[in-house]
Amino acid sequence: MTERMSNRRPETGAFFRRDLNAHPPAYAPIYKTSVLRSPRRALLSLDGTLSEITGPVFGHNILGELDNDLIHNFAKPGESAIGPRIIVYGKVLDERGKGVSGALLEFWQANAGGRYRHKKEGYIAALDPNFGGCGRTITDEDGSYAFRTIQPGPYPWPNGPNDWRPAHIHFSIFGHGFAQRLITQMYFEGDPMIWQCPIVRTIPDRAAIERLVAALDMEATIPMDARAYKFDIVLRGRRSSLFENRLEGN
Amino acid sequence: MVQSLDRLKESPSQTAGPYAHIGLTPNFSGISGVYESDLGVAMVNEKTKGERIAVKIRVIDGSGTPLKDAVVEIWQADAAGLYNSPSEMRGAADPNFTGWGRQATDMATGECLFETVKPGRMPFPDGRLMAPHITIWIVARGINIGLHTRMYFGDEEAANAEDPVLARIEHRVRVATLIAPRDGDTYTFDIHLQGERETVFLDI
Ligand SMILES: [Fe+2]
Repeated sequence: MTERMSNRRPETGAFFRRDLNAHPPAYAPIYKTSVLRSPRRALLSLDGTLSEITGPVFGHNILGELDNDLIHNFAKPGESAIGPRIIVYGKVLDERGKGVSGALLEFWQANAGGRYRHKKEGYIAALDPNFGGCGRTITDEDGSYAFRTIQPGPYPWPNGPNDWRPAHIHFSIFGHGFAQRLITQMYFEGDPMIWQCPIVRTIPDRAAIERLVAALDMEATIPMDARAYKFDIVLRGRRSSLFENRLEGN
Repeated sequence: MVQSLDRLKESPSQTAGPYAHIGLTPNFSGISGVYESDLGVAMVNEKTKGERIAVKIRVIDGSGTPLKDAVVEIWQADAAGLYNSPSEMRGAADPNFTGWGRQATDMATGECLFETVKPGRMPFPDGRLMAPHITIWIVARGINIGLHTRMYFGDEEAANAEDPVLARIEHRVRVATLIAPRDGDTYTFDIHLQGERETVFLDI
């Protein structure tokens, strides 16, 4: 936790205002569970204080060797998870386009049959004894990350009478300030289920949805081994105080 | 036309879904052997400075039912009011206090418990002191974008009365939604997602 990051000057400015029109509203009746779980009153708007400008930062010491390899991190020795082998890679950037270094990414997903390893999961698809479904990594100096996994399957869920989730990977991202905290999902290029999904469609803007669709990248593919998908994530940008005490954050 | 500001747009949020535990608290969810322990379960150790407290949190939906599938994160200053963060420029925080905790709400009771220390005060951007508080972030199935709020301490009446954030709350009757009563060493904080007692959530 206390590991200081690189030789970059720490950033201390407040964050850009969050454009709530590019996020799903709390109350989105097409996603039924949101109805009773959505605040209905106006949020109290605050300019960032120390409590939101700061945030926890995690050192590489928390990572185990297989944390970024979901094909092997739950598998028995010598075995591996079943499913299409893929690499997911990309960058964590801020709204100014700068790479966010030292960002902790955690991800979780269903197995290739669309089944989660979870007590409350009721889908009939089989569990894969070699697939747990969680992983994590920390971005490099320039914000880059990569992990290896299997492509998850789509799965049905109780909402409408016949709703299916498109194949997706859940992502949790820590930036450098707690106000940047974000959880989202990555979808796969070309999946027709994306546009039918009520959870996807809680996002009001098609262009915003497209920012969650990872591109197939044959150039990053490992021949005879794994295909690659590129998924960049953008966190809120931070104001730099150009004419205050010193030039910072640039 | 004018020059472009070359800004990117923040990635849109999506719900953490019903299986967030797999990714955020895998050991709690029964997936053992991948991570040694779940991140954020321990905030303090025997050398941490300050008054030990426990914070018991529930997140309650519009029917009055506590969420049994939520994940709650807290972020707070140490006993001296300093954050354990590279963006903290006022001094070095207690190295034995992480300031950050994460718990899944109990699958039977909907409660989660954080063992921590009482934070000190720190300035608002204009220099006035804020009252001691804990920043809270909640995700769950049915929550489309993580919810930010704050918990203040019921036994800090004087500090709460001059807190610049609490002062911003227009409907004074709602201030109480951010204040946790104390019983022994435990503060209990019920977060109401909607209804008569809807908690004040923050756009920060
Ligand atoms: Fe999912």
